[in-house]
Formats: sequence, structure tokens, C-alpha cells
Amino acid sequence: MFPPLQDMYRIAPELVACFFGMLIMVVDPFVPRAHKEATANLGLLGALAALASILLMARHPGAAMRGLLFVDSFSVFLHLIIFGAAALVLLASDDYLKREGILQGEFYALVLFATCGMGIMASATELMTVFVGLEISSIASYILACYRRAALKSHESAMKYFLLGSFATAFFLYGVAMVYGATGSTSLAVIRAVAAHSAGHQVLLTLGFGMLFVGMAFKIATAPFQVWTPDVYEGAPTPVTALLASGSKAAAFAVLLRIVFTAFGDASGTWFWIIWTSAALTMVVGNFAAVVQSNIKRMLAYSSIAHAGYLLVAVAAAGAAGESSDAGIAAVLFYLVAYVLMKVGAFTIVSHLGGTGEQRLAIEDYAGLATRQPVTAACLALYMLSLLGLPLTAGFLGKLYIFQAALDARLIWLVVIMALTTVVGAFYYLRVIWVMYFREAQQEWTAAPLTPGVAAVMLLTVVGILALFFLPGPLMTFAMQSAASLR
Amino acid sequence: MANESYLLSVVTFLPLLGSLGLLALRNDDHVWLRRLALATAVANFVLSLLMLRGFEAGTPGYQLEELRRWISSPAINYHMGVDGLSLWLVILTTFLTPIAMLASWESIRTRVKEFFIMLLVLETGMIGVFLALDLILFFVFWEVMLVPMYFLIGIWGHERRIYAAIKFVLYTMAGSVLMLLAILWLNRISSTFDLPTIQLLLQTGQLRLEHTTELLLFGAFFLAFAIKVPLFPLHTWLPDAHVEAPTAGSVILAGVLLKMGTYGLLRFCLPLFPDAAKQMAPWVAVLAIIGIVYGALVSMVQPDLKKLIAYSSVSHLGFVVLGIFSFHPIAIQGAIYQMLNHGISTGALFLIAGMLYDRRHTHLIKEFGGLATPMPALSAFFLFVSLSSLGLPMLNGFVGEFLILLGTYQVNKLWATWAALGVILAAVYLLWAYQRVAFGEVTIEKNRALPDCSARERLILWPLCVMILWMGIGSPLFLSRTEKASQQVLEQMKRPQMPELANGQGAVPKLQEAPANLKLLQDVHVKIEKK
Repeated sequence: MFPPLQDMYRIAPELVACFFGMLIMVVDPFVPRAHKEATANLGLLGALAALASILLMARHPGAAMRGLLFVDSFSVFLHLIIFGAAALVLLASDDYLKREGILQGEFYALVLFATCGMGIMASATELMTVFVGLEISSIASYILACYRRAALKSHESAMKYFLLGSFATAFFLYGVAMVYGATGSTSLAVIRAVAAHSAGHQVLLTLGFGMLFVGMAFKIATAPFQVWTPDVYEGAPTPVTALLASGSKAAAFAVLLRIVFTAFGDASGTWFWIIWTSAALTMVVGNFAAVVQSNIKRMLAYSSIAHAGYLLVAVAAAGAAGESSDAGIAAVLFYLVAYVLMKVGAFTIVSHLGGTGEQRLAIEDYAGLATRQPVTAACLALYMLSLLGLPLTAGFLGKLYIFQAALDARLIWLVVIMALTTVVGAFYYLRVIWVMYFREAQQEWTAAPLTPGVAAVMLLTVVGILALFFLPGPLMTFAMQSAASLR
Repeated sequence: MANESYLLSVVTFLPLLGSLGLLALRNDDHVWLRRLALATAVANFVLSLLMLRGFEAGTPGYQLEELRRWISSPAINYHMGVDGLSLWLVILTTFLTPIAMLASWESIRTRVKEFFIMLLVLETGMIGVFLALDLILFFVFWEVMLVPMYFLIGIWGHERRIYAAIKFVLYTMAGSVLMLLAILWLNRISSTFDLPTIQLLLQTGQLRLEHTTELLLFGAFFLAFAIKVPLFPLHTWLPDAHVEAPTAGSVILAGVLLKMGTYGLLRFCLPLFPDAAKQMAPWVAVLAIIGIVYGALVSMVQPDLKKLIAYSSVSHLGFVVLGIFSFHPIAIQGAIYQMLNHGISTGALFLIAGMLYDRRHTHLIKEFGGLATPMPALSAFFLFVSLSSLGLPMLNGFVGEFLILLGTYQVNKLWATWAALGVILAAVYLLWAYQRVAFGEVTIEKNRALPDCSARERLILWPLCVMILWMGIGSPLFLSRTEKASQQVLEQMKRPQMPELANGQGAVPKLQEAPANLKLLQDVHVKIEKK
């Protein structure tokens, strides 16, 4: 039986992304090598169309596909983040692909498929559907990670990502099985109802949650499951790294939030300390390891680990706050938007400055950038200040919301750890600025002029980062609504 | 009246506007870059003097207030206001900025545009810190100001500039991040970030802080400000930052940035957490006295003129902190006055050190000697400023130090006695340094041909010297406007007695029962809605 039209609307972004992905696969062989921009533009069009179709989805809230998916304010919010990130990544990646000589249609198709999987993760309310979404996005990401076929590092990256990722998904699946064993269902709403009434399977349920958390923690890159991150981020083509650090992470957070607050909402004791410990560990490991990095991609990888820690603080805050968890969840959502803007922006510039074969990735290579390319340097400096969380940037308000939510939940120690590790962050973020501004260039090199795509991404992210500081109201209201829709 | 109510915003953001104007100019058009920057700074100084006209000296509380809604949840407002405490500090800022620009007129040759942009952005940040009455707004200005200072030290500084710049930022951030947590905690208790509202809640007893909470909050705020002051033993960033910064950076750093620490103590630590402040006062006073004596002793043995002045700041700021923590109206008056004095005198000393550096490219005292012969005018200025800094009667330094010692003596004789030692030591290190630099025979041949003050340098030093003399003999003009503010600080420290608390029977209002829908808060909201 064919599902009703309403359901089609509710998965419109995924359908559009898949449609364009397949269209590209079909069309690509017929496009001559010299005109591969055509498929690139088609891919970008697909991402934008998917982004636009979120509007259609938002107009039809409710359960889709017999309760496998659920469209609410929360999933709309996450779709905007995920598809927005994908569009930004695609906008800037033709610059990179052309330079590397690997501009082919399947890159765009794979990104669209991966995004589709992330979208499913964001609205799934049933564990097997989550798993399907996870696999769709993961398999596409594995291929994308080794898309730079000529480079050994890219292969290493993909291999590590694939092996460890397979382990993680296996853990996740095992967790699903245990939760099913304890409650007899994989639907989040049913799990919640059963868990509230029967106390008998508490151990199995806790173990199941632990396994699910391991699976998610791998995707989010939180300690102690973060070890793959620097290697994979370093080796993968930089636009792919941007996608892994932004959309992929946002989708995994969506799943984590749904599992925690929809399915385990009443059993806060079982998962609260797992998240508390992981958050503290992640912030410490991420920030301290980033200090000693000399490769900018590795530094940004550890920085994104640290940020995952900050986000987990907000998750823990939402959990500890009990009934009034909205502030914490809203803080996660707000921070995710800010985080995606900063990370995609930063990786775009790194990809642009990297040059052919990603030869310039050492932070030292940026010496004297401020005099040669003042605009690029200023943008990168702004991303760094925002990642650090200084005022006038979205990063500051994001941290402020997390601090506030966590203090309201009385997680004093976690907040203090977060505050102090943030100061450690000052060291490595400011180092990028000091190399760009305070040092003279060691060897002369000039990056290629900015392509329109890269310039557009820089403009959009910079405007976004500043706008979220001066006018956070609308987004925060939306985030609060989304948080409320989660329980 | 309508245009007057925007005065504070105009004074705060005009420099920022000017820096945007600079962006439009060509990079190599150094002449117009300098002119536009200076014009902006001078215009801002004139505008800030308009505050004096609108300011009524006799009335306590904030004046020329501005209140706008910025973020609704959590309620963060754009709330600015000026009182006797911040009035002169703002004018000091707008006064020193054009002087700092003139001082960098010729010595800054690389990246001229960025330099003046940074100075102007810094000015906006500093003025904002003094005028902001919303805790988050205050914090925003406080942190924003770090960035231009980081660049000023890092780009245009001397050899070890990167180390100094990083150290400056890390120290300040370590302190301020805890202050942010304290601000948020205060908001959790009082449901507002609005400083006057919180103050009123505390003073009327509608809000009470548990003793431990108060101590912790006090500690977080105090740490941030003590690092900025800097109070011994948190002062180690200061000599590095000062020595490595370009002259303009040192002037602003000593003249204004350090005052933000003492300003914070007076604006936040004492009025909001009086019991904790009183409890910790002996410890703070001891640290302040150690700072006074230690700073002076270290100054005495410095071979580097700039480092000598930097350590003298530690000593002088020790006086200010001591004055504040004696909780005596006269001493607090003196502390406010000394903040201004120190800004002018130490600023002038750094300018003179910078002028010597421009000529010889060294700060080492032993490289000079007998300078009075080749450059009598500059030596005369140097002597005059040194005398002001060491507290010679008739000059400004004396008024501040005397008031502090007078007030402190009535509270604790021992503190005052020890602190007075600092006055003597100041005479020793400053006069000795002056003697080695200016008196005697010219020891190094190169120095014989050094040019005396240029017209530009005179233009820089004369206003400062006039202010030094004016503040020395015309102190009522200034003190009449700060008087209410210093009384008000002590007034704000009073808490209503709760009779039922005395016998230990009554319950302290729980923190959770935050007065979320207090009339006061509604008043704030009503005020905003009206606009």
C-alpha cells in the first residue's frame, strides 16, 4: 500500500535530496569532463531545493510512515541545520574539487545521500529507523572520506572511519536489541511508557542505553570515543571534514536528544552520570590536546571534540533540570547553529588556503596572511574568536545559554570545568590569530583568488555569526519551541 | 532633552563609527588615516565634556540613563548610565586616547590603519565598561576590549610581544570567565541582570544572599578585578604587557585599563557583596600593602625605565585598593581621585619613556645620563611628572594619596603606617631614576646630540601637566562630583536588619524563592515598553 501524500510531505527534504542524488548519478556519465560544473550546479540546486522543501515539511507536522518518523518543531529545526550545512559545504566545494581534479558528479550525489540519512536521523522516533538513517549517512561518509583517491592520507582516513564506525554502529544495534529485549519495542514512545511501569528490566535497559550512547558518542566524537576524529578529519578532503564536523554531528545530537528525552525521560538516573562524565572528559581531552597541534585540521578536529563536550554539558543540564529541561535543550540547539556556522566557515577557509594537494595545513603556513589576504584573515579570526566564545559572536551567546542552563540545573562543577577549559581554548584559537597577524611570512605564496562559492560561504557564515549575537531572539524562540516539542 | 538622553551612546560608539570610517580610507594614506582617527578622538573628548553639563553633581544615583530591550530571554537590556564614579573615568579615557594617538603619530609606521582602528575600538570598549549598567552588557564590553589590546601588544609591540600578548589575554580571561559564572548565578537568584535593580533588591532586603553564596560570588568578581588592577600576587602579567606594548598601548593600559579593575571593585564587589567584602577586607588590605611595598622595592632596582614605571603602577594601585577596602568615605574619595591621578601621571611617564625610546631605541636607564643638558625641556617635563607621581603637595598625586592615608588611618593605624612607607619609597625610586637619567655629565656620546621636545611632543605633554597642576590645586571641582558617588558606595553596602534573624529563629528566605515578579522588575519592563 502506498503511503498517503501527507507522509510524502513529511519526508520532503529527504525525497528531494535523494531524487537529485539519483538524477546526478544518471546524468553524470553523459556530461563531458570539461563541463562537470553542470553536475556541480545540479548538486547545489538539489541541496537548495531540499532546504526549501523543509517549508513543506514544516507545514505538515505529525507522525509519518506509521510512526517511524515524526515531524515536529524539533525535527524542522534540525533539518534546517543539517540541510543548511550541506548547502554551505556544497557551495564551497567546487573550488576544492576543481583544484584537486576530482570534480565529478558522484561527490555531490554522495553528499546529498549522506544528508538524506542525517535528515532521517533527525526525525526518526523509532530505533531501527534511526539505524537506517545512521547507515545511509555513514556509508556515504566512508566513501566521501576517501574521495581524494590519490592521497594515502585520505585512504587512511576512510579506513579508520570505516572500521571504527562499523564497531560503533554495531554497538548501537546491540543497544537496540537490548532495549527491545527489555521493553518489547523499538518505538521511543513505547519504550518510555514500558520503562515507566515495569521496574524488572532496569539492568538490561541501562546496558542498552549505554550501548546506544556508545554508538552516538562515536558519531558526536566525545571522549573516550573520540580517538578517530583527528585522523579522519585530517585525512578526509576538507569539504568532507566540514560536513562530518557539522551536519553529521548535528544529526547525532538529534538522535541523542530524542533517545534521552523521549525514551528515557523518566529514568534520568540511568543516563545522567554517563553524560556528565563524558562531557567533563571530552572538554578536558579536546581542549588540552588541541593546544599541542600544529596542523590546523587536527586543531579544529580537537576543537570540535571540545565543542561536543560543551554541547553535552547542555544535554546534562537538560537532564538534571527534570521537568524544566527546555532551557538546556534549547541551548543545545542554539549552540549547534552557532557551531555549524563557525566550523563550516573555518573549514571552508582552510580548504581554500590549503592549495593543490592540501599542502598548506600547518598553522605556521598562515604566517603573514593578514597582510596578503586581509579579508580572509579577518574572517578566520572571527571564526576563531567565536569558537573561543568572545562577545560580539554567536559563540559567546551560545556558551552563555549553556552556562545558564547548567547553572539553573545546579551543575556547578561541570560549569566550572567548562569555564576553565574554555580559557585553555584561548591559547590555541589565539595562536591562529597571532600567526596570521603578528608573524611575517616565512615563504611567499599566494592562494588562488576567492571563488564566488567560497566568498558566499564566508559572507553567509560571518553575517550569521554576528547576527546571532545582536539578534538572537527569533532563533532562541524557535529553539525553545523545538525543545518543548521534544517531550 | 531628547537628544541629551542619547549622549552616553554617542560617546560610547562614536569611536567605533570613526573606525568604520577609517576602513573606507586607503591603506597607505597615512596622513588622512591619522587625521581622521585623531579628529574622531578629539570630537569624542569634546562630546564627553558635554556629560559634565548634563550631570548634576549633588544628586546620587545614575544619570543620563538609557534603557532598551536587547534580548528578551534571558532579559538582557542595553542599560547605560553615568554617576560620579564613572563620570571622570570616561573623561579620562576620552582625554588619554587622543594623546595616545598623538604619541604614536610617528613611531607607528607599519599597518597604520589597523593601529588606529584598534585604538578606536578599544576606546569604545573602555567607555562601555564604565557606562554599562547591565551585567551582561558590562561583561560584553569587558571582553571585547581584550581583542584590540591583544592586537596592539601583539602587532606593534617589542621583542617578546607575542608572549606578553598571550599572557595578558590568558590572565584576564581566566578571571573573567569565573565572573561570567557569578553574573549568571546572580541572575539565577535575582532573575535580572540589571545592576540598579539587583542593588535595590539587596538594599531593601527583598533579596538576601546566603553567606557562602555571597563569599563565592564575591570571590569570582574579586578575582577578575584583582587580576586587572593588578593586585599582588596576580600582577605578573603587567610588567610584561607594559614593557612589550607600544607607547600608546602602555598609556592606555596604565591610564585606563587598570582602572577598570578598581572601578569594578567599587561598582560591584562592595555594593553587591558587602558582608563578604568586610570579611575579606583584612586579607585584601594585606595584599594591597604588600603590593605597595613590593612594587616600590622592585621598581627601585629596575634597570629598565618602562619596567620601573610598570612596577610603580603595582605600588600605586595598591594604594587605591587599600583605600577602597578601608570602607571609609574619605579613603574611597581618595581612591577614586588616585585612579584619575595615576591615569594621568603614569600615562605621562610612559609617554616620556616612549619619547626617549623613539630617540635611542632603548629603555635602559644606564643608556641615558645627563639628559638635562641636551634636552632641558623634556627633562623638565619628566621632573614635573615624577614629582606628581611621588605625591608632592600642590600636585595631583598628593591629594589622592593623602586622602587615602587619612581615611585609612582612622580605620586601621597599622595599615596606614605601612602604606605610608610606599610614599617614601616612591620618592626614592622616582627621584633616583630621574637623577640617573637627567643629571650629571652626559655619559654616552650619542646622547649629546639628541633633539629636545618637538612641537608635537609639547602638545602631548602640556595638557597632561596642566591637568596635574589643576588636579593638585583645584581638587574641589573634581571631588564635588565624586563625593556623592563615594558616599553612595557605602550607602549601598548597608543591608536592612531583619529582627527575626537576630535570635536565629526566623528563616532566611530561600534562594529558590526568587522574587521573579517583583514590582521593580516590572518597572524596568514598563520603562522599556514606554520607549
